[in-house]
Amino acid sequence: MTWLSIIIAGIITYFTRMTMVALVDRELLGEKIKAVLAYVPSAVFPAIIFPGIFINDYGAFIEMNDPKIFGAIVAILVGYFSKNVIATILSGLSSYWVIIFFL
Amino acid sequence: MFTKKQLFTKGILAVAPHMFSVIPFGIVCGAIGIELGFSPIMVYAISIIIFGGASQIVFLQLLSGGASTLIAVTSVGVINSRHLLYGAVLSEYLEKLSFIKKLLISYIVVDQGFAESNKFFQKNRNQPYLHYHLIGTGSTLWIFWQLSTLSGIILGSFVPEELGLKFAVPLTFIAIVVQDLKKLDHVIVMITCGLSSLLFFDAPYKSYIIISPIIALFVAALLLRLKK
Repeated sequence: MTWLSIIIAGIITYFTRMTMVALVDRELLGEKIKAVLAYVPSAVFPAIIFPGIFINDYGAFIEMNDPKIFGAIVAILVGYFSKNVIATILSGLSSYWVIIFFL
Repeated sequence: MFTKKQLFTKGILAVAPHMFSVIPFGIVCGAIGIELGFSPIMVYAISIIIFGGASQIVFLQLLSGGASTLIAVTSVGVINSRHLLYGAVLSEYLEKLSFIKKLLISYIVVDQGFAESNKFFQKNRNQPYLHYHLIGTGSTLWIFWQLSTLSGIILGSFVPEELGLKFAVPLTFIAIVVQDLKKLDHVIVMITCGLSSLLFFDAPYKSYIIISPIIALFVAALLLRLKK
């Protein structure tokens, strides 16, 4: 039963990836929709970023002094000025660790 | 003009920095599966069959928590429905591929690969063989995801929870969108999406992950209209 559900979940996931690439004719999308699609990264990724920072493992909002908020601010500043992905990730993680392990 | 090999290499290099979050998150995913009591083979098979970080964790957590398989499968579908948006964006650059190639390349469309390849595509619209860049990002992510979930399965409870390795996930996506903070319209769209995701976080089947992008895209459409 579990195996069957894994395979079905896999097929559904594959369809989410494949449908727009292989099955839907791009001509069906109007010019306006194509213009809006340029915003997809900005419209999707914050839905991963915000809960990843502000909501804990138990589904509750974190306190405003949570180290994750500090880590995220450091990462945003470092990322903005350095334009470097590795520096962004490592600065955010290390500033978070400094607070939870040393302060 | 770039050769196929150059594009493939550029794709690998573009996505390589994200391994600093993919590897820890993959390890966590593998370890959680074992911790929840699933067999190593099953946890690993999920990485290959579903191949989608957050959805894999949710799937196993729901099943181990006694949720019906229908709820678990639906949640995976809802969480991964954001790929429809990635596909809609990428289809412009993949239009000329044969149907079979489209079917094959679709399997490796993942968040970070989409994000980095899309950035490259926007700047290099007129290159032929653009899809080799996507193959570079996608296959790199695939290989490292498999290796890291496998490590997590082997390491299991040796992965210290206190490290908070999952925090690497929001950081990797901050790195992807942070340069768009220079554009006011993008900032408005991002804040709309972020606040919506918190507001709808408790919506059933983790649907906040697709509800908030839809709201944000409506706001983007309004902004485009105002710009004119």
